[in-house]
This record gives sequence, structure tokens and C-alpha cells, in this order.
Amino acid sequence: MGSLYRSEEMRFCQMIVEKDAAFNCVAEIGKRPYVQFKDLNADVNSFQRMFVRDIRRFAEMERKLRFLEEQIKKEKITIHSVIDKNYDAMSHHDINQLETTLADLERDVMNMNETEYQMKKNFLDLKEWEAVLEKTDLFFQGGIDDEALQEIDQANENETGISRGDKDPMSFSVGVIRTDRINAFERVLWRATHRTAFLRHSPIEDELEDPDTGDKVSKCVFIIFHNGERLKNIIIKICDGFKAKLYPKCPKTSKDRHAAAIQVRTQITDLRTVMAQTHEHSFKVLNATAANIRAWTKQVRIHKSIYNTMNYFTFDGIGKFFVAECWIPLRDIDNVRKALEVAVEKNGSTVKPVLNVLHTDEEPPTYNRTNKFTAVFQGIVDSYGIASYLEVNPAPYTIITFPFIFACMFGDFGHGVLMFLCGLYLVLREKNLISRQIKDEIFGMFFGGRYIILLMGLFSIHAGFLYNDGFAKSFNVFTSSWRNPYNHSFLLEMENSSSPGKEAQLTFAPEDAFMHSDGPYAFGMDPIWNIAENRLNFFNSMKMKLSVILGITQMTFGVFLSLQNYRFFKSKIDIYTVFIPQLLFLSCIFIYLCLQIVMKWIFFWTVPDTIFGFRYPGSHCAPSLLIGLINMFMFKERPAGFVNANNTQIDQCYLSQWYPGQSLIEAILVIIAVICIPIMLFGKPMYILREQRKQKKAVGDNMSVRINMHTDETEVINNGNGVRTDAHPENEKAATSAGHGGHQDETFGDIMVHQSIHTIEYVLGCVSHTASYLRLWALSLAHAQLSEVLWHMVLGNAFGSDGILGVIILYFIFFFFAVLTFSILVLMEGLSAFLHALRLHWVEFQSKFYLGLGYPFVPFSFNQILTEASATDT
Amino acid sequence: MSVWIPLVAVTAFWLIIGIGGPLLVPRGPNKGIIQTMIVLTAVCCHLFWIVVYLHQLNPLIGPQIPVRTILWLSEKWGDAPSLVDK
Repeated sequence: MGSLYRSEEMRFCQMIVEKDAAFNCVAEIGKRPYVQFKDLNADVNSFQRMFVRDIRRFAEMERKLRFLEEQIKKEKITIHSVIDKNYDAMSHHDINQLETTLADLERDVMNMNETEYQMKKNFLDLKEWEAVLEKTDLFFQGGIDDEALQEIDQANENETGISRGDKDPMSFSVGVIRTDRINAFERVLWRATHRTAFLRHSPIEDELEDPDTGDKVSKCVFIIFHNGERLKNIIIKICDGFKAKLYPKCPKTSKDRHAAAIQVRTQITDLRTVMAQTHEHSFKVLNATAANIRAWTKQVRIHKSIYNTMNYFTFDGIGKFFVAECWIPLRDIDNVRKALEVAVEKNGSTVKPVLNVLHTDEEPPTYNRTNKFTAVFQGIVDSYGIASYLEVNPAPYTIITFPFIFACMFGDFGHGVLMFLCGLYLVLREKNLISRQIKDEIFGMFFGGRYIILLMGLFSIHAGFLYNDGFAKSFNVFTSSWRNPYNHSFLLEMENSSSPGKEAQLTFAPEDAFMHSDGPYAFGMDPIWNIAENRLNFFNSMKMKLSVILGITQMTFGVFLSLQNYRFFKSKIDIYTVFIPQLLFLSCIFIYLCLQIVMKWIFFWTVPDTIFGFRYPGSHCAPSLLIGLINMFMFKERPAGFVNANNTQIDQCYLSQWYPGQSLIEAILVIIAVICIPIMLFGKPMYILREQRKQKKAVGDNMSVRINMHTDETEVINNGNGVRTDAHPENEKAATSAGHGGHQDETFGDIMVHQSIHTIEYVLGCVSHTASYLRLWALSLAHAQLSEVLWHMVLGNAFGSDGILGVIILYFIFFFFAVLTFSILVLMEGLSAFLHALRLHWVEFQSKFYLGLGYPFVPFSFNQILTEASATDT
Repeated sequence: MSVWIPLVAVTAFWLIIGIGGPLLVPRGPNKGIIQTMIVLTAVCCHLFWIVVYLHQLNPLIGPQIPVRTILWLSEKWGDAPSLVDK
């Protein structure tokens, strides 16, 4: 059997490597997922570990790389990520070089950014100055000067009581302010200067880039005419408040202004050229970096992870050797030895590394080797709980039973095809979709489950055929077994007497209308039920019985898997006191119920007959299985047969015995089932108690204490072995604590409680889980009804009109039908059925055998580390 | 007689798949898994089919259909060999 049926055997190993070769060894081991290192320095603070300096160094390098990546992204240079499986670590020499390179690059890029910032500021200033010069010209050219003077004269004349001596000379100030502030500025200025200052403004056409924020702001140039120097100070203060920049050096004559304008224009052109060249240079540098940045990041991460792992090792007192403890799968021990030798060779040292297998009582991690197909199903099982070490793994069976149970709830041929096509697309385009590295979480979930979706679709198509349901319609591939049994004259009479509100209906009696000799419809449900009014009565009966039979089958399978576990761990007591009573209990009650269902199907019809020697008058006497089960437990007295000695029918004939000896057989079955309960409850604790007493007697002799100086622990040794005694001395495997080893520590009370919980869970679970499987019926009913509603209410209405109008109406209604089908019926119902199938597996199936108390094997592998790290990248 | 034809045919089909299928799986690391998958598929699908088949073997109730539909059925599928009045 392949390894997926059970987790792999693990060995606890000790690695001894020379100090110099340690780095290479870890680098070689990390290339494949072989080894899980144990942290031997767990109690040491992370700042006191051996390689803290190196890790800090690499963290610093990572920071520089992140900074550079940010800069590259800002310049919108695309970084090509190559998916490369080569995990060779760079040599120390190369890494040191990389460190200096990164430091240089960082410094350069920061300098370039700084220069660019300065130049942008400069550029802004020059542009503003140019605009100021231009606008001032405009102001004065437009003859505003005279108008302004006139207005100010007027204002002055209106002022009474304020005598000025000689008129102060008229002067002006120019400045630049943001456009959104100009109105408030004007108002404040007007008020502050008692309406003697005068403002004119004109917007600058180009929007200028603010170097701090990078946003574009619009500014305008203003000119203030005012009297005298006193107001100038007020104006300066107001300008400060509004962050307006004054240009006091603006030349007063037009000629000077023109000269200044020409000068500033040349300055601007020069600055533009310089800026362009600097930008191009920085672009080139970043481009060159972008080509290598992924490879550098990978190397830095690899090195950092190697040092992190080396922090787990202990330094031998003599100072020349590293000692590491790790878990290795049994099959890979040779591979690890080879890898160590290769690494040591590379290093050029002559001392061979040592790999010892140690013994330990710790429970090993659980390791299941999966490929891309089985990984999803293993993931489903692991979500509930990681399997205990070496117990049976439900994953290989889940591959088929999970889609099958899903399909029972989702059974629709059309929706199954849709789901199958989605899964097919995702699977066939796998490589392309992986290489695109799409980070969207929801897509990631669906893509990860592509094989499940494919299988679910496939099984749903099969279930759709069996339920004969394709978008709420049935197909008549093999001829239906029902025919009309009524005379035509009778039918026409019924038809004529019916009124529009009350349509006449007739029921087909099976003895007349069902072609018994032809047999039932060959594959699936007969299509006549699709057009019947009482369709649900028949379908519900079928689906409920199907659910019960499937449920009991799956639970029995689970109980047999627990047998596999007991045989593997060689625990006879479990087989006799747990497995056999469990199986007897299940079969006496529930498998007997299934048998009754099948018998009733085969032997009981509507025509009177003699069945098992009893005279059967008709379908009203067909035995009621549910009430029969209840009566079985109540040991109720039931008459034998359906008719009395004088051929009169017995009352409630559906509750009578229907095969000879039924009362006796059922009584025996119930008694067997009830006896099983105390066996389950007391069998194992009694046995454990007896074994403990035996052990205590033997322990009295041969007792000694051993102290281990290195690990500082003491052991009590019996019989000269280094093993702590187990309650089951026949178990000699390294760790079999799956339910066994813990017993010697527990008192009898604990054991009893543990066992009674287990028993009650099983006994009650049998009943409640069987009923729980009825959700297969419930969900498939809901799905079928939704489908039917969608047909009748949406698509059915599209066929009312004829001709072109009908075509257009159909076109639009089909759009709604398709959207609703896909979103509600496929997506929502699909998720719902998925969830319920998951629950049925986790609780009803796995509680029969699964412990799930293990912890996963997390090997040291660069692949894993790099994937995790890149998931946090943007 | 016609009761047995689908029974034998479908059971034989799944038997061939369930027993012959595992023999045809190529050697490789996944041989065991593929064999389990084939056998489980055959068992589950056959169980599903036979439950549906047996349920319809001796139906205890018949369909209730509008008379107009019955007239259509009678025309398309033909009548039962012996007709009755209600």
C-alpha cells in the first residue's frame, strides 16, 4: 500500500557537524524537504543566540532591497520574476560583495532622490519668477496703473477726518499665491488696509508641481498697489499668513523686466535639461537593479533562513562541533546522509558528518507525502485535525467519497456540467495560471481546489442522470415504464368536466399503469415523475432511504478502518472489547434496518400475494419500517401476518410481523446489541486495571535510577532497559501514544470516564449520525425545488410570445436565468453542499476511527520559506 | 425477464471497472491511490444506482397527473395493455 494510507515513519536523529562545514550542510539540506530541526535553544532569548549579528546583517540587507524595490516600482519598471528551482546559496565572498553593492545602491538612489527634490524646488521657483515677470508686464501694460491710481484717489477723498500730510508715494508689491486662497486674501487685505490697498490678480496657466507632495497646484500672480511704507509691513504680515510669496526684487521698469525674463527663461531651459539627464541616469540605475533584484532577494532570504536554523543547534563544549537534533522520515535518512557528504565535500573538510538515530519518547510529527492532486484532499482532512502518528489516514478514501456525497446533494446534470467545465478550465490552464501569480485570495481558494471541483462536477453529472434532473427537466432515454391505463371515453369525459381553476387529475394505480414485466426504468428515476403532481412523495421516499443506506455504509466503513488501526498497533484488547461490540451494535440495529428496506423493496407490491407464507392483501398492509424499528425496541407484541384465520384483515396490518420468527429474531438482535454496551464500557478498563496490577508487582524488583548529565533529566529504569514501562509491554514502537501510552499515568477513574465518554459517543452517535445523513435528502430536495422554481418562474415565462418579440424576450430572460443559475444554484448551493459534505466526513465518518491528535511535519526547505516570504510581498 | 437485463448489465459494467480497472493501472508511485479510487468509484456508483433501481422495482404509489397530460401521454407513449375505468 502506498504511503498515503498511513503517515510515514519518522526517526529522531542527531547530527554532528564540524563548525566550519555547518553552513554548507544546512544549505544543502534545505534544498529538499527532508529534515525538521528541533530548537535546542528554545529557552534562549533571540538576542542572545549565536548568530544574531548575521541575522541582523541580513535583515538590514532585506530592508535595503525593499527600499530599492519600492523605488523601482515608483518608476513603473516591471520586475520579471523567474520561477527557478535552483536553491544554491551564494558563497560568503559573494554575499559580502552583495552587501557592499546594496549599500552603494541605496546611497546612490537616496542621493539621486535628494537632488531631484532640490531641482524640482528650484524649477518651481524659477517658473514662479517667470510668471511673476510676465504678469506684472500684463498689469502695467493694460493701463491698470492709471485706473488703480484713480480708485485710490477716490478712496482717499471719501475718507473724512483723516488728514494725511503729504501723500505717500504709490508703490506696488508682486507675489504668488495659491488660487484657492486668493479671494479670502483679497478680502482680508481690503479690510486691513482700510480699503486703501488695491489688488489685481491673474492665474498662471500651467499647473506647477509641488515638490513635497507631488500634486499639481494652480497658483496666480497678484499685484498690490498701496500707499506708503507703513502698509507694506501689514501687507507682508498678511502675505505670511496666507503663505503667499512676495517678490520684492521685481524690476520696476518694463525693460528691466524683459531682460530678467529672458535670463530666467534660459535658466529654466538649462534646468530642464539637467533634470532630464539626472532622471535618465537614475532610471538606468534602477533598471539595472531591477534585473537582479529578485535573485538578490532570494539569496538574502536563503542565507537568513540558514542562520536562523543554525541558531537551533547547540555548540559542543570543546567548541569545534555543532550538534543538531531533528526528525527525519525513515525513507529519507539515506538521502540526508548523502546531502551531508556532498556539503562537506564542497567545504573541503575531511571530517565526515555523523548522523545518529536516537530513541525518544516524544511523539513524532505526522508526515504525508502528497502530490498536487492529493494535497487538496489531505488538506481537507488536516483542517479538522492532523492525524496522530501512524494512524490510518482518511485522505485517500476522501478523494472519492467526498465528491460522491457532494453529488448526492447537488444532483443535477446541467449544473454538474457547469461545475465540471469550470474545474476542467482551471486544471488544463494550470501552468499558465500559476505563472501569473495571481494574489487574489478568492481566486486562490478556487484555484487550489480545482481537482475537487473537477471531481465534484463529474460525480454530479452521474447523480444528475440518476435523479433524472437536468435544469429541472427529465429525459426519457430508455422508455418509461408507466402507461395510461384509462379508457379514452372516460378521459375525455373528465377533461370536459374540468374548469380552468380546477384542472382534473387522475392517479395511476401501479397495478394497472406500471409495466411490471418490463421492469423499472433502466438507469435512474422514471421520467414520468417529473410531470406528476405528487412527485415529491415518491422522490422523498427514495432519497431518504438512499441517505440512510449511504450513511450506514459509510459508518460501517469507518468502523472497519478503526480495525485497521487496532491491527497495526497490535492491540488485541481493542479488537475484542471495542471493535467487535461496535460492529455488532451497528449491524444488529442499523444494518438490519437496511436489510429490511431492501426486503420491502423486493417483495412488497400493490397486488395481493403470499409473502413469506403470509397472505398479503395489498399496499395498505405494506410494513412500516420506522414504527417497526420502534416496536422492536419496545418488545411489543405483534400479530403474525396481515389477515386473521378467517381471512379478515387485522387492524393496523402494517405493524404486524411480516416474516415468520420475526419477534424472536428481533428480540435476539436487541439483546445482543444491549449486551455490547457494557462490554464497550467496562471491557477495556478492566483489562487495563489487571495489567497495571501485574506491572506494579513486577516493578518492585530491579529498580535503579539513571541521571543524564547533558540533558539534566532522570529516568527510572526497570529490568535494565532505558525504557519507561508502558501499560502494554507488547508495544515496542518508538511512539505509540495514540491512545495507549497515556494510560499508565491515569487513575482508574480517569480511564473509566474516558471509556464511558467513548462508548456513549459511539452508541448515541450511531442513532444521531444516521439521522444526520438525512441532510443528503434535505439538500437535494432544496436544490431540485430551487431549480424548478427557476424554470417555472423565469425561463418558462419566456416562451409565451411568438415571432421576433418572442426571440427578444427569450434573449433577455435567458440572461437572467443564466445569471441566477450560476450564482445561486451552482455557486451558493455548491458551497452549501460542499460544507455539508465536509461536515459529514469530519463528524459522522471520522468519529468512528480518527483521533487527529498529531502535529504536522514542517521540514526546513527553501521552497517553503521562499513561498511564504513572497506571499507577503505586494 | 426485462427486470434482469439492466440489473445484469449495470452490475457487470461496474464489476469490470472495479476489478479490471485496478489491473490496468501503470506502475508508478501513485498506483495504490489510483486503484483505491477506481474501486471506490465503482462501489459507490453501483450502490447509488441499485438503490434507485430497487426503489422503483415495486412502486407502492403511482403518479398523479392532469388529465390533459394523460391524453398526451396516451398519444405519445401508447396505452397499457388492458384499460380500466376509474
